[in-house]
Formats: sequence, structure tokens, C-alpha cells
Amino acid sequence: MSELKNVVELEDVVIKFVGDSGDGMQLSGTLFADTAAQDGNDLTTFPDYPAEVRAPQNTIAGVSGFQVHFGSKKILTFGDICDTIVALNPASLRANLKWAKKDTIIITDSEAYDIPALEKSGYKSNPLSDGSLKNYNVVSAPFTTLIKECVKDMNIDNKTTLKSRNMFALGVAFKIYGKNLEHTFKYLEKQFSKRPEVVELNKKVVKAGFDFAATNPQIKCTYKINKANMPKGRYRNISGNVATAWGLLAASEKSERPLYLGSYPITPATEILIELAKNKSLGAKVVQCEDEIAGICSSIGASYAGSLACTTTSGPGLSLKTEALGLAVIMELPLVVVDVQRGGPSTGLPTKSEQSDLFQVLFGRNGECPLIVIAAESSSDCFYSAYEAAKLSMEHMTPAVLLTDGSLGNGSELFKIPDTKDLPKITPLMAKANDTTFKPYKRNEKTLARLWAIPGTEGLRHRIGGLEKENITGNVSMDPINHETMVNLRAEKVQRVANYIAPQEVFGEPEGDLLVVSWGGTKGVIRNSVIEMQNEGKKVSHAHFKHIMPLPKNTSEIFSKFKKIIVCELNSGQFVAYLRMTLPQFKFEQANKVQSLPFMIDELKEKYNKILNKK
Amino acid sequence: MEQILNTIVRSGVELTKEDFVSDQMVKWCPGCGAYSILAAVANVFPKIGYKKENFMFVSGIGCSSRFPYYVNTYGFHGIHGRALPVATGMKVSNPKLSVWVATGDGDSMAIGGNHFIHSIRRNIDLNIILFNNQIYALTKGQYSPTSPMGAVTKTSPYGTIEHPFNAGELVIGAQGTFFARVPDNNIKLMTDVLFEAARHDGTSIVEVLQNCVIYNDKTHAQITSKDTKDDNQVIIRNGEPLIFGVNKDKGIRLNNTRLEVVKIGENGITESDILVHDQYQQDPGIQLMLAKMYPPNFPVAMGVIRSAMYPTYDDMVEDQISYAKANSKIKTVNDLLNSGDTFEV
Repeated sequence: MSELKNVVELEDVVIKFVGDSGDGMQLSGTLFADTAAQDGNDLTTFPDYPAEVRAPQNTIAGVSGFQVHFGSKKILTFGDICDTIVALNPASLRANLKWAKKDTIIITDSEAYDIPALEKSGYKSNPLSDGSLKNYNVVSAPFTTLIKECVKDMNIDNKTTLKSRNMFALGVAFKIYGKNLEHTFKYLEKQFSKRPEVVELNKKVVKAGFDFAATNPQIKCTYKINKANMPKGRYRNISGNVATAWGLLAASEKSERPLYLGSYPITPATEILIELAKNKSLGAKVVQCEDEIAGICSSIGASYAGSLACTTTSGPGLSLKTEALGLAVIMELPLVVVDVQRGGPSTGLPTKSEQSDLFQVLFGRNGECPLIVIAAESSSDCFYSAYEAAKLSMEHMTPAVLLTDGSLGNGSELFKIPDTKDLPKITPLMAKANDTTFKPYKRNEKTLARLWAIPGTEGLRHRIGGLEKENITGNVSMDPINHETMVNLRAEKVQRVANYIAPQEVFGEPEGDLLVVSWGGTKGVIRNSVIEMQNEGKKVSHAHFKHIMPLPKNTSEIFSKFKKIIVCELNSGQFVAYLRMTLPQFKFEQANKVQSLPFMIDELKEKYNKILNKK
Repeated sequence: MEQILNTIVRSGVELTKEDFVSDQMVKWCPGCGAYSILAAVANVFPKIGYKKENFMFVSGIGCSSRFPYYVNTYGFHGIHGRALPVATGMKVSNPKLSVWVATGDGDSMAIGGNHFIHSIRRNIDLNIILFNNQIYALTKGQYSPTSPMGAVTKTSPYGTIEHPFNAGELVIGAQGTFFARVPDNNIKLMTDVLFEAARHDGTSIVEVLQNCVIYNDKTHAQITSKDTKDDNQVIIRNGEPLIFGVNKDKGIRLNNTRLEVVKIGENGITESDILVHDQYQQDPGIQLMLAKMYPPNFPVAMGVIRSAMYPTYDDMVEDQISYAKANSKIKTVNDLLNSGDTFEV
């Protein structure tokens, strides 16, 4: 029965699964990504879902999506323009056609295009028959009829049958991209081990989709994506939020400081709380607090009591934590604050990503209140960034903010699994029992960090608080000169962290016509844009910053080697303003986008070329 | 004291008041009710008998919250309203500490109200001393959530138009397991009550009716002054009848579903008609009625009103962790990193 199709090799593919919230598109996408990963492809993924749990059916507002970019080359972004869109209803098709190009494959359920569904999605006529999709490669089929046909021997109700449409679509996508069903079958067996009829139904349906694609004449050829050339080792797919949680657990194990998380659920950071709550066997203590303020304050209490204490949030939650963050700064206690940024201000765009909290973390507190700021650069890097934030915070006795964002947190990519024995040591300086020379604010000469004195330790009873303290003794002091000394010490302590971080790297030549500067979650797309410029023979290099406060010590040396510098960020220009303030000797151009959408390579290149051509 | 069961390490040597005297100058106003709280704490800490390093005092902001500086323990003076979450983090992360909180009526029931009810609901093993002077004193005289209706203060020149909180009612409403009330001028009773608070596993709230000599002088005088206290206070002790009055001839009786004040010897009332206090009763019904008693119709109940047994949050955290450690295959972060779907390249 199988019709032999041509097999075409591709280097990379972007596929997006879209449908109504509740259609199971997140699951289809995840299973597709996991299968590609098992197959040796490199990949990144991105879930794109609405802020509402179940917006009205068949409306644009209810469209939920999951994008997978996979390939045989190094995949740095989750992609923008799609090679394939799997759309389970007209609304999801209409909402996502802007990501289609000529010949994009559109896999869709022809039976979902009834008049009410078309009307709700804003279509005046059926796009499957009115010719509006003629530039695309449409693979449409009556999913429900085909599913009913393949499960007719089973006693399955209509509702359950309809719910498996995502599996049919997944089967079609698997066939088109030369993947097998083995991983999906294993997943179903494990996930529904107590419900064999569900396992059987879903297996049959995904297989039916697969077989349909094998013989259906709308599919002209199938594709092959070779294994990516990745360093040897064991890999897994990991989301940024899970990676963050695991990085914190690793830092706790390595420092032998128990992990405490005080947190309050907030999109898109909640998964970190969920992940840490799961891992009680590693001793993590997790308190879901009554509010954001209790989240950070309980963490500060836990920190004073000797834990690696963390709190996780997003922008609005960080605003609520502001006062307490100042307390941690003046108490000189370690504390890791994770801000998974989303679109703001206020409630803003909860499920969309932005880099607009930088000003808040750098400056958003009363008084002179510096702290360490680190920004993760990819989903898997969240592991290492969280680890480093915890290490620096504990070793330098000052809070550290880790900035990630919704795309990094919810998105995923392949992660080469490290062995914790290879991670750098974490050695916080602890005050020793009955140390007669102990003073709460006596400092280490090199780092200026004070000692961490844990309650319960003999001979170290001391009292500190949010009032300004006398240097060394920690007693309350309103002395003007002492206050200035303390302000300077707290600032200098944070600046000295620069002696303990990696120097800034430059991708490309160390000198040239244009240095592209970026930070945080935009690394992948900006790196790709720079590579394209370099391939066109232009003297363009890339400096992607992970350490924001303090900046790496070689920053100005790097900047001085380029004729022009452009700072690209998904906000109105916060990092560039910080650089202008910190390094006023340089002239910075800027590229900004505040649409809660990632940069596109072409728009970046256009900007670079304009600057390069400017006299 | 040997019967106290907990995980907090006890002192090997006998401790005295002097072990808890701090070297800081006490900066409360002369005559402030806080001094007697400091004296009662100094009395009770050696009696409780934990190693002195295992005591932790936490506070927020307000006159009450300077307390940690004045007692020689580990001390943490935090920010306004947030003493309870700070204390929560300390106790949950380090259950081997005896964690005490000094807070005021504004700190705990206004700005910190959310933390107050939720800490109580969780029943974390914290000892909270609530300095209730019915005024914002450190900010110099604004009304608080416990100021009586009509109170004239700097921010209520025409009298307040807010219904005050009764701390006991709030605690019991939030499913509190321990509530006690004492006047600031009875150090002996306060010492006993603080000892019971320490003994209680769970969140203990000890409300001290505290005088503010500067901004709210004599606010509790009707209840606490020498000449009126016997008729306006009933000292309650577990298992004993609720008898009060200058001549010890008045009592509290449960008449159907309501409390009433009766006179022993009148209308055939004898001591056996008087309600016997049961602080350990799980059902808080009568305890709530006791907590709400107020002149002119009733005396104010002083002593431990409620002390019910219930598992503590911090113990349950430890139980879940022990269970997970015993039953999970994931013993190290390397196990976690390699769990689930992984593949070799």
C-alpha cells in the first residue's frame, strides 16, 4: 500500500503545532521534539500559549502553539518562519499564517472548517476551498472520520475520539520528517499505564496519521534531517525553568548549604517552584508562600539561618519584593532572586517574553543598593547561570538576581548533561564556633564579604537588621561618615565580583567595523545574524553579555577595538543606557523591539548595514 | 521541664537572666510597657533551658521591633510587617532553632496582616509576642488596627470610624492553635504564659496589653489599673473555674450557648456552676467566646486561652523530606540530571 516518495535532505526545519487550548498541541510538540532529540537532531522549542486557561473555542484568543526548530546543524533559536504548520482549526491557521512562506506545508483537519468555526476565527469563506492557500503546500484530511475508521473496533465515545486529533496530526508530521513512532509509543505506555484503552487508542491514531501520510498524494516527498554533529556525551532536552531549578539544586549540593525556596506562583516562573517542590529527596525545602513578599522574606530568613535561599518570580512579583531585596543588600546575606521576565508594565503580557526588567533589577530599590546581576543566555544555560548566581551570592555575601525570560524559561533545547564533580567549587566563608575575633561586619580583604554566622553556632550570637550598621561591629549607627563608608563598601564588594567572573568573549575578530552587543535570551538569533554578516565578508563581531553587574573587566578594552557598536535588546534601550552611563567614552547605536516577539535575522541585518553604511 | 519534647538542643549548664542581657542601650521611653516584656523574656529563657545559641529573635518595624537588639540571642530586625515570613524561613530551614517574634499591632495586623493569618494557619512552630498598645507609636501617634472605634489620634482627629481587630478572634479565626493574653504589668503571669508558649508545638501568639506612655497613655487602664483590674480581668488557668472579682465571688457561667457573669452565692449559684477552663479543647467555640470578653459586660480573659495540639508545618516538612529521601531513586543531583529521557551521542 505504501507509495514510494522521494526523500529530500534538509539541514534544519521549523515546525509549529497550533490549535485550540486544550487540543493537546503542547503534547504533540513535546513528543515531536523528544523524538527528534532521540534521533540525534539538535533543537530548541518554544511553547506559545495564551494567558487564559481555556479561551472560547475556535477563537484567535484561544490559539495555543508549540514550535520546534530541529536540524543537523547547531540550532541557536526556536526559529521564526515555519516550514510546516500543523493547524487543528481555522483560528489557529489564521493566527499563524504570518509565519508561513511559499510552499510551507500546512497540515490541517478539513472537518474543523465548519461555518461556526470559520465565523469565530474571522474567515469569510473556507480557506481550504477559496484558493487563498494556493501558495502553500496544503495537506488536509477529514481527521475525525479517519480516526473513527481506525478505532471502529474499539468502544470509544465521540469526545475521546475528537481529543486524539493531535495524535493523528503528529503521526502525519512524523512521516513527513522521517521520524518513527517508537518514542511516542513508549511515552503513551508509561503515561497511561493504568488505562490500556487510552494507550491503544492513541497508538492506533498516531499510526493512522503516519500511514495516511505515507500514501496520501498531497505529500509529494518526505524529508530527512541527519544527526547533528554534537560533542560526545549524554544529552537531554531541558527547559530553562527546569534547568534553573536544577542549577540551584546543584549549587546547594556543591556548597553543602541546604536549598530553601520561598515563592509564589506567577507566569512564566511557576515551573521552577513546581520543579523544586518535586525534588524533596535532595532535601530542598520549598514553601509556597502567601504572597511575593513572604516569598523573598522567608528566603532572607532561611539565608540568615544558613541555607542557600532562593526566590523565583517574574516582573510584577519582583516589584513586590523590592523592599526586601534592599534588606538582603544591607544585611549582606546571600540570596538568589530569579526573574523570569515577561512583557510589562504591570500585568502586561504574562505569557510573552521581553527584556524589560533590567532597569528594575539594576536600579529599582530605595537607597544606594547594588547587587549582582546575571542574565542566562539560553534555556540550557539557565543551569549554569543559576549555579553561578548561587556561587557568587554565597561567596560574596550579597544578593544576586538571575534574569531569564519567558522564552528561555518555557522554551527548551538539548543539554549536554554535566557531571556535578566538574562544576566549580562553591566555598562560602563561614564563621567558626567560638571565634573570639568574630564581628558581624568584619570583611574578607579580597572580596569584602563578611562571614556567614549561622544561628545555633556557639559563641557567635549577634543582632543585625535593616538599619544602617556600624562598619565591623554591625551595631546600629546613624553616623554620617560611617554611612558613606558602608555605601561605598557595599558597592565596592559588588564591583570586586568582576575579579571572579570569566572575561567577556568576542565571537569573531577582536576588532572590526561593527561590534554587535546583546545580553540574555537573545543570544541565538543575534549570533545567527552576525554569522550571516560575517559570511557576507563584513567585519562584524558579537559580544554577548551574561554578566551585567558587575560588567566583565575587559569590556571597555573590547569596545575600544571597534569602529561602531550596536546594542540589540528586546526593550526600549535599557542595557544601552546602562552602558552609556558606565562607559561614557563610547558611542553606542541601538536596535530595539518591544513587541514581545523575538528579533528576526533580516531586521537585525538591515539595521547593521544601515549603521555600517552611515558616514 | 523534662517533659518538653522537641529537637532543640538544651543547654548543658544552668542559664541565668544575665546570659540574655545584650550590650545595647535600651531606647524605649521611660515607663514603656515593653520593659516588662523584656524582663519576662529574661526570666523565661533560662527556664526554657535551650542552649542560648538556639534562641532566635526576629522582628519587623515599630517600637516593639527594637526588641531583638536588647536581648542577647541571635537577632534579626527586618522590615515593616515581615517578621513572620522571615521567621518562617528560619524555622523551616533550621527547625533546631527556637524562633521568637516581637511584633506590634500595626506590624502584625495592618501591614503584616496577610503574613499573620497565613503563618497561624500553617501552624509553624513560632512564638509570637504581640505588643498591643493600640497605636502607631514609632511614627508618633496614628491609629492602628486595634485602636477602639472613635479613638482620637493624629490621623483620626474626629475619631476613628474603623472596627478594631480583637487579636484573639483573629488568631482563632485563622485556625490558631495557641492564643494567650496578658497585661504588661503582671510579669509573673507573663513569664508563665511565655513558658507555655515555648512548650506549645505550633504558632503561639501571646498578646500583651501594653501601655504607650507617650501616645496612648492608659489605653488599657480600665483593665489593668490596680483599682479596677480585679473586676475587669479574669485570670484563667487550665482545669480551674473562671472566678474573678475583688472578693473572688464572680464567675463566668455557660448559659445555653452564651457566656454570662454570675455572682457566687446569689440565686443559688455555687462554684460548681462556674465554667472550668479547658485550654486544650480542640473545638475553639468557648475559647473564642472567652477571647472576645470585654468590659463593661465581661472581664478580659488573661492567661492561656487556647492551646490545641495539631501537627506543625515544620515537622511535616521534615516528614515529607524523610519520606522522599527513603523512597526516591534520586539521591544526588547527578541522579536527577540523568533521570527520565536521555540519550547518548
